Amino acid sequence: MTGPAYVIPDADIGERLAARVGGKALALARMARAGIAVPSFVAVTTDAYAAYLDETGLRVRILFELERKDFTEMRWEELWDAALRIRNLFLTTPLPEELRAALAHSLAAHFAEVATVVRSSAPGEDSAGASFAGLHESYVNVRGVDAILEHVKLVWASLWSDAALLYRRELGLDPRRSVMAVVVQEIVAGERSGVAFSCHPDDDRRALVEAVHGLNQGLVDGVVEPDRWTLDRRDGAVLEHHQAERREMMSAAADGVRLVPLSGERRDVAPLAADEVPLVYGLARRAEGHFEAPQDVEWTLRRDELYALQSRPITTLAGAAGDGRAAYLSLTRSFDSLQGLRRRIEDEDIPALVAAADRLAGTPLGSLDDAGLRAAMQERKFAHDRGVDTYVAEFIPFAHGARLFGSAYNDVLHPEDPYEFTDLLTATPMLSLRRNAALARVAACLRDGDHAAAERALSEYLAEFGDVGGVGGGGGEQAADVRSREEVLGVARRLAARPVGRAPVRPDPAERAQRFIEAYPEAERERAAELLELGRASWRLRDDDNLYLGRLERLLTEALDEAGRRGLDVDEDLRPRAVTLPSPLGVVPPDVGQAGQVGQAGQAAPAGPPSADPAGVRRQARQIVGQPAGPGLAVGIAHVVAGRDDLAAFADGEILVCDAIAPEMTYIVPLAAGIVERRGGMLIHGAIIAREYGLPCVTGVPLATELIRTGDRLTVDGYLGIVVIG
Amino acid sequence: MDYSAETFGMLRALFARQRLGVLATHGPEHPYASLVAVRADDDLRHLYFSTTRATRKFQFLSAEPQVAMLVDSRSDDDLDFHGAVAATAVGAVRELEGDERALQLAAFLTRHPHLRPFASAPSSALVELEVDTYYIVSRFQNVTELHMR
Repeated sequence: MTGPAYVIPDADIGERLAARVGGKALALARMARAGIAVPSFVAVTTDAYAAYLDETGLRVRILFELERKDFTEMRWEELWDAALRIRNLFLTTPLPEELRAALAHSLAAHFAEVATVVRSSAPGEDSAGASFAGLHESYVNVRGVDAILEHVKLVWASLWSDAALLYRRELGLDPRRSVMAVVVQEIVAGERSGVAFSCHPDDDRRALVEAVHGLNQGLVDGVVEPDRWTLDRRDGAVLEHHQAERREMMSAAADGVRLVPLSGERRDVAPLAADEVPLVYGLARRAEGHFEAPQDVEWTLRRDELYALQSRPITTLAGAAGDGRAAYLSLTRSFDSLQGLRRRIEDEDIPALVAAADRLAGTPLGSLDDAGLRAAMQERKFAHDRGVDTYVAEFIPFAHGARLFGSAYNDVLHPEDPYEFTDLLTATPMLSLRRNAALARVAACLRDGDHAAAERALSEYLAEFGDVGGVGGGGGEQAADVRSREEVLGVARRLAARPVGRAPVRPDPAERAQRFIEAYPEAERERAAELLELGRASWRLRDDDNLYLGRLERLLTEALDEAGRRGLDVDEDLRPRAVTLPSPLGVVPPDVGQAGQVGQAGQAAPAGPPSADPAGVRRQARQIVGQPAGPGLAVGIAHVVAGRDDLAAFADGEILVCDAIAPEMTYIVPLAAGIVERRGGMLIHGAIIAREYGLPCVTGVPLATELIRTGDRLTVDGYLGIVVIG
Repeated sequence: MDYSAETFGMLRALFARQRLGVLATHGPEHPYASLVAVRADDDLRHLYFSTTRATRKFQFLSAEPQVAMLVDSRSDDDLDFHGAVAATAVGAVRELEGDERALQLAAFLTRHPHLRPFASAPSSALVELEVDTYYIVSRFQNVTELHMR
C-alpha cells in the first residue's frame, strides 16, 4: 500500500514539497544543501495533520467552537476560551492507531535515543509579507517517540491559538484553510546562542547580532536579555556593542528547558568573542544570499561549531508597513515574566492603591470649604487615574497567570472539562466572596431571630467592607453610612428568607492540587507548585483588582456628587476615566467590571420590547448562543440589572441578566438562580463568581440586556452556553 | 421480486447517506418543524435524535408524543423532482434514560461524533421515535407505505 508520506527526512525535501512540509522545513533543507550546518531533522507533513483531523472528526468540532459566534463580535477573552477548548480537543483526542503507528515508525528511526526540538512549519508561515514567528509553538528538549507525538499535536493545536487566529484574520487568511506541518529536529544544545539579522530591522545600512549564554529559548521568549552588536552591513565592522546584565541562561532540563543562574565567570564574559561576531553575521549574510532577501537566523554555537537552527525573512524592516504580530505575541506571557509582575503587583501596586484610598477617605468631604473640595476632587481624580494606569499596565496582563496555569494543567492531565483547572484556583478567598460571607453571617443571625447578634455582625461587616464596593459602599461618610446600614440589612433580610444549604459541593482543591503536582516528574514538582501559586494569585487579583479600583472611583464620585450638591461647576475632565484596553481586536467594549462603566453600558443598551419592522413583523429572540461559563441548568424569571439602582428589587431565585457583573453586583449573586452576561469569557468576574456559587452561567450573550426583558421566563443552559427566552 | 427488501434497502441507503431529518411536532396552537441530526437503528424500527430540553420541539413532543420525521435525499436542484427520495416516518417518541440512553447515545455518537459535547450534556435529551409507518415518495409521485407494526 502506498499512502501519503507522513514523515519526510531532510535530504528528501525540495521545493515541490513546500506545501506539505512548510516554510521552515524547506528553508532548513535549502540551507543544508548550501553547506550551512543545520541539525538533522524530518518534516511531519500536512498530510498527517489532515488525516488526524478527518479521521477523528476534529475538523468539524473545531468549526463548532469557532462558529458559535461571529468572529468579529468575539472579545479576545472569548477567543482565548475558544482556543483553549480547541487545544483541549487536540490533547484529549488520540491519534488514530494507523496514523500513530506510521508516525511512530518513522520518528523512531531518526530520534529514538536523541532529544529533539519540535517546531511549527506551517506552509506560508514565514514569507516576505507575514511572519508567524512566536505565534505558533515550538518545544525544546523533547525525548522519546511518545513525547514527540504529544508535542506534534500541541504544535498542530497552536495553529488555532488566539494569537494565531487573530493574526490570520488581520492577514485575511481563512483559518479553515490553514494547515500545519511540523519540523522534528535533533537538539543542538549549544553553549552560546542567539539571533542574527542580516539587515537591522530599524536601519537598512546596519546589521544586528544578538547572543546569550545557553540555549536561545530565553532570548526568543524575552526572558534573557541578550548582548547586542550593531554592525555595518557593507563590511561587517562592529559599530557598537551593548552589554546585557547577564544573570541567567536557559538550559536543558530533564524535560524542556529551565532558567538557571549564570556562574560568576560567565556573567563577566560576553557570549561572543570579538572575532566570533563577524562569523555569526557571516552566517546571516550567507542565508540572505541564498534566500535573496534579508534574513533573521536563529543560531547556536556548540563546541565552537556554528549551526543555523532556522532562518526566515525579516518582515519588520524600517519603512515596511507594520502588522499586529507584536501585539498578538504579547497575548502570551512566560512564567518568569509573570512572576516578576506578581512581585510588583503584590509588593508595590496594591499597597499603593490601598494607601491612596485610605488617605483620601480620611478627609471628610463635609468638613471642607469649596476650595478644599475642589482640591480634594483634583487629588481623587489623580489617584483614580493612576489606579486606571496601573490596572491597564499591570493587573490586566497578570490575568495571563491563570491562563498559563490552565494550559499547563490541561497539558499534563488532559481533563475532559477544559476549565477543570479553575477548581484549583478558588482555594484562596477573593475579597468579594469574603464580603459575601460576612453578609451571610448577618443573614444567619436574622434567620435565627438573634437581633443583637445581627447588629454586631452588621457592624463588623460595615467596619471591614463598608467602602470596598458593593452594598453599603458609602465611602466612609457619616450620611452614607445610614443609607448603607439599611441597604445591607435589606439584602441580609432577603438572604435570611431563602432556604439554607444551597452551597455547591465542590471538589477538594487540596486533592486536585496534589494530583496536578504529582503529575510532574519529581524534579519538576517545585516549579509546578510555583505555577499553581502564580495561577491562584492571578485569579484572586481578577476579582480583587476591581474592588481596589472601584473604591478609588467611588471616592472620586462622592467628591463630584458633593460638588454637585453645593452647585459648584465640575470640569468634565474630572469624571472617572474609563478603562480602555489596548487590544489586538481593535475595538474593545469598556468591559472591565467597574461600577461607572457598567452603568453606562446599561444605559446605552436598555431592555426593550421586541423590534418591529415597517411591515409590522415582530422579531423576538427565542434562543441565544453564548459561552458555557458555569455548568448547570436554571429556569427562572429574568431580572435585567443595568446598575446599582436595579439591585434593590432583585428577588431570590431570579436570573441575573447584565452587561457585566460589577463588584457592586456580586452581593446579590447568592440570591440568583443563574447568570446571563453580555461580556464573554471564562475568566471574567461573572464567570468566576458563578463558578464559586455553583450557578449555571452563560457569558458572551450578544445583546443580552436588549433581547431579554425583566420578567421574561429564561432557561439558562450552562452546560452548552444557551439561553432560551420564553 | 421482494419489494419489501428493495424498499428496506432504499431506506437503509437513505439513512446511511443523510445525517439530518425534519422533525414535525404538534404545539397547542400550531404544528412545528425542526431540523435534527438523526440515526436509524439496523431494522429501521427506531430513529434517534438529540435535543436540549429547553427547546420548543422538546416541550411540544413532551406534551404530544405523536410526531413525524422527514428524511430525504434532495440536493435542491431540478433533478430532485425525479431523483430525490423522501421518507416520512410517523410514530411516538419517548426520552431515553439510564442504561438505555447510554447504549443508544454511544451508537448515536458513532454516527455523529462531532455532536458529543452537545448530546452528552446533562441538559440534552436523547429521544427515540418508534416508527409505526414510513411513507416513502420516489420518482416524484410514487408513494409506498411501509407498516412497521
